[in-house]
Amino acid sequence: MSADTIALRGTELSGKAGTGVEAARPGKRGRRLRIVGRYVLLTVLAAIVLFPIYITIVNSLLLPSQIASKSPTFFPTSPQWHTYADAWSDGHLGRYLVNSAIVTIFVAAGQLAIATCAGYAFAFLQFPFRRTLFIVFLTTLMIPFEITIITNLSTVNTIGWYDTYQGLIVPLLATGALGFGAFLMRQAFLQVPKDLQDAAKLDGYGHVRFMTRVAVPLVRPTLAALAVFSFLAAWNQYLWPLLVTKDDRLRTVQIGLKQLRATNLDQVNVTFAGTVIAFIPLVILLLVFQKQLVRGLTAGAVKG
Amino acid sequence: MSAPTDAAVELCPGESPVTAPAPRKRRLSRRAREAGLGYLLVIPAFAVFGVFVFYPFVRNFYLGFFSTPPFPGQPKNYVGIDQYRDVLTSSDFLDSLKVTVTFAIITVPIGIALGILLAVLAHQKLKAIGIYRTFFSSTVATSVAVAAVIFGTLLSPQVGLLQGIQTEPSILQNPDPIININLPVIRSFIPSVALVAVAVTTIWQNLGLSFILMSAGLQAVPDDVQEAAEIDGAGSWSRFWHVTLPLLSPTIFFAVVVGSIFAFQTFGQIDLLTPRGGPLKTTNVLTYFIYDQLQFAKNDGKAAVLAIALFGVTLLLTLVQFRFLERRVSYER
Repeated sequence: MSADTIALRGTELSGKAGTGVEAARPGKRGRRLRIVGRYVLLTVLAAIVLFPIYITIVNSLLLPSQIASKSPTFFPTSPQWHTYADAWSDGHLGRYLVNSAIVTIFVAAGQLAIATCAGYAFAFLQFPFRRTLFIVFLTTLMIPFEITIITNLSTVNTIGWYDTYQGLIVPLLATGALGFGAFLMRQAFLQVPKDLQDAAKLDGYGHVRFMTRVAVPLVRPTLAALAVFSFLAAWNQYLWPLLVTKDDRLRTVQIGLKQLRATNLDQVNVTFAGTVIAFIPLVILLLVFQKQLVRGLTAGAVKG
Repeated sequence: MSAPTDAAVELCPGESPVTAPAPRKRRLSRRAREAGLGYLLVIPAFAVFGVFVFYPFVRNFYLGFFSTPPFPGQPKNYVGIDQYRDVLTSSDFLDSLKVTVTFAIITVPIGIALGILLAVLAHQKLKAIGIYRTFFSSTVATSVAVAAVIFGTLLSPQVGLLQGIQTEPSILQNPDPIININLPVIRSFIPSVALVAVAVTTIWQNLGLSFILMSAGLQAVPDDVQEAAEIDGAGSWSRFWHVTLPLLSPTIFFAVVVGSIFAFQTFGQIDLLTPRGGPLKTTNVLTYFIYDQLQFAKNDGKAAVLAIALFGVTLLLTLVQFRFLERRVSYER
């Protein structure tokens, strides 16, 4: 890179990174300062983004009196670890997390299976009204789940599913990830090379065997991305679990947090601890599946 | 899968000599079988959609014709189109619509702008930039409930952290507009302090998602375009404005459309942070209004009309965005 390109870059960045005068001067020193400036800016922004999480963790370890104090504590000197035990046992957070896991796993697995089948049919099979049915499929994306709750609630009541796992899980299968998933899976299946289909035909593979042994393994990345997307969407459901359960034994963690906050008004630290408990499983999961998450969330938004 | 099933849906008629005399018939039945399998595979999805999406959607229109009597146990009255007219012209509905629109106008553009800012800054070749990317995307792990409980607790009067800016009534109980503007139309769209608090919570919670989207958009922009602009002597601001932003426009368009749809479905934050859409209904967004009518007022008819209105407004907004925004999107790379 030539010297004046560097100088040019220095000038450009002066406004952004705030390393003004030094940066405008060409040379090694200016460049190093500019890099330091970038790190400072990134760190400040990261601190702002992470501050609510940090202060939640700190507050979860303080005494209620310390939290209420007018001189806030930013580091717990005598951490009160028992708040976590309190939130876990008295707040029933263990139970709520298990419920959330059950609901989420069934919804995600169900959506994945249903979307894969439909996606395969739309991509590989010829049948009357295929196009029409596919368009009908896509229109479900325009109907938010929120506007179906009135009848869904009475349906669930009529068939005796109110306050049951089935009542929590089955209607959630119809949420956005299903229509979106079927569309995504169809697009992925359409990418399967024609040669492979021909080869499978020659080997005497029928559709079911071609689907399970060839097509589905090939679209595994899409499947994984959809799984994370669907999991995240189901985990975060709030309105439907609130409407359809009244028993504490069936509450999901999202509703459990509301409960915890309402019952621990004098013990804010326990509420903070419960929030951290509710937050941690997802952090771990998302760190493990970061790649799939990014794919799942950006599918449809970015081409290529 | 088992072999017998496979044989039934063979892709290829096979070279079996037995089938040779009647190829036409075999062909037809193969086609019928393929169609049969096709329907079999889409039936689960249509069953779920039929029962839990299409039927409830259509039934909303029917429910809207009946008013719920004030006392339980009485039969519902057929009031026809009257209920639509009454609900849709009521000040409750219009106020709720204004709150919803205001909320979307605050959260969507700011959320996207912050996402772009973080994405551009994290799109540099620096050591350890991966850590910052993880930090910036971290709020994806927070659910609406986690975010709302964090902010709700921090903003509560029992927490001393914000003593300096704590007001009486406390932030989430404050129905006053954030600024006083005495212009007739704009005035009613000025958000209350409480709504701004809900909006800040929402923006923070969605920041990770916005960052991930915009980062992916940036990564799809070829580096050589940026470098070419740089060699041409374009400054960083003009490079951002004339190169990065246009190339990012499909992603931004997608984020605006999907973000607006989500904003119109906001519910959890309102339920957790505010006293039932209050104070003074200043946070009573449409989805909360529906829930309130369904759960507390037990007024299915009114809730159904509101649900149809929510659908109509969302659809209209999406169509308008496609009509007016998509033209400004440059898809070519």
